Amino acid sequence: MSDPMSTVEGVQWLRTDGREGDIVLSSRVRLARNIAGLPFLTRATIDDRRHVMRLVRKHSRAAEIGEAMEWFDLESASRSEREILVERHLISRQHAKGDEPRALTVSMPEEQLAVMVNEEDHLRIQLIRSGLALTDAWDQINRFDDQLESRVGYAFHPRMGYLTACPTNVGTGVRVSVMLHLPGLKLTGEIDKARRAAKAMSLAVRGFYGEGSEAAGDLYQISNQTTLGKSEEQILEEFERSIIPDVIRFERQARETLLDRRRPMLEDRVQRALGALLYARLLNADEAMQLLSQVRLGVLLGVIEGVDLRTIAELQLLTQPAHLQRVVGETLDQAQRRRARADFVPPRPGG
Amino acid sequence: MKCDRCDEDAVVHEIVVQNGQKVEKHLCSSCAKAEGLVSDPPSVLSAPLSKLVMSSSIIAKPQPTSPRACGGCGQTWAEFRKLGLLGCPECYDVFDEKLGPLIQRAHEGAAEHCGKTPRRSAEIIDRRRLAASLRKQLLEAVDAEHYERAAELRDRLRHVEDEEPLLGESPGEGAEDRA
Repeated sequence: MSDPMSTVEGVQWLRTDGREGDIVLSSRVRLARNIAGLPFLTRATIDDRRHVMRLVRKHSRAAEIGEAMEWFDLESASRSEREILVERHLISRQHAKGDEPRALTVSMPEEQLAVMVNEEDHLRIQLIRSGLALTDAWDQINRFDDQLESRVGYAFHPRMGYLTACPTNVGTGVRVSVMLHLPGLKLTGEIDKARRAAKAMSLAVRGFYGEGSEAAGDLYQISNQTTLGKSEEQILEEFERSIIPDVIRFERQARETLLDRRRPMLEDRVQRALGALLYARLLNADEAMQLLSQVRLGVLLGVIEGVDLRTIAELQLLTQPAHLQRVVGETLDQAQRRRARADFVPPRPGG
Repeated sequence: MKCDRCDEDAVVHEIVVQNGQKVEKHLCSSCAKAEGLVSDPPSVLSAPLSKLVMSSSIIAKPQPTSPRACGGCGQTWAEFRKLGLLGCPECYDVFDEKLGPLIQRAHEGAAEHCGKTPRRSAEIIDRRRLAASLRKQLLEAVDAEHYERAAELRDRLRHVEDEEPLLGESPGEGAEDRA
């Protein structure tokens, strides 16, 4: 494998100029698809899997998306290479594991479009963009989906829609997720209220690294859980016009409350976080995420000056274990990583 | 799948009604016997042979509530319950009756797709519907001894079926018509 993953410069979703970018880090649309005429992966042979890979490799390359598609054969990828892809949100943990033939293809250098091949379904197509940009993400992924479908043909049922290995994804096969930075709600103690409200609306709330990951760095992913009975446009509309704007409004209110009524506490919190990032000698990954989150809040509220939001965004990725080792250029154990992270992390003023 | 009452593999799968509620039971042979769901296996079977028979799909799946295996991929309902994943597109039709309530529960009561339809599949579905309708009309014409009309319908049907192979077609449907 060549090493296009040694830098994060091109990554589109790390940009900080997206709509509602002070709160919404990124928007993602994912489609679950299976190729017609083949069994799902639980029943697929090695040959079936390779057939899927050949089809996707050939036809995704031919799709007109304006960027080159890079192909990663995960069978032959090293553990650290797979970890890098997980940390960049390009593959799931599940996809990183296992020995069966499977792959990732991703548009470079912006990494907006990515297709996991032979994960739970033959295809898991995703499109990520910075800020609140679900409609744009949908338009792009929909075009790619049409192009691929016209070449490979999907398993589709007139009544049930797109057929997926797990019936919880059947229908549109669409999952819409928005990654939100909610330090205000966390500090005012209102985050659990927001979580409960989301659950009551059948929405999933997850951390930065999806299912099972705690909300390190006050980052929360909100996504739909049901895929049947509503069109893609209806789901997007609900997210873009009501669900996400509501969360944004609550977070803004919380930030204002902090500034107006608890300014000394806020200033203390964010300055301490900056101090720890600058002077700590050992840092673990979650701690770094948490400190970066608070510094980000400080920058956005004008309490901290001279730190660039883009630098914070990049550090959130580069302080993850696999990226950190890639940056340092060595394999490190956990203790060594804590040391290396603390050395690496000072947010350089002005980026 | 494990037995509901012990760690053995379940070989008897039953749905029983208790207090007006449907309850699924997955039991090993001895627990099933204890519950009175099966009688003693014939003792003449030697151990390895009985194992072979017990593991065969016929015995492992009691009738009539038991699912048959999917014709498309061979997956059984019990395997689906264990994995949470289906084996192939055809499973959706084979297990339609049992999947229906699960799907509705997972999707806030929805039972039908609403949204994008792939262009290619839409064509295939239209063609399949057209072919079915022509076939029906053809049979009616033959029955009514309208041979001229029948010949015309036959040609149209042939034309529809001769187009490029139906990629999105589910196995079984249409295939037998061409055979």
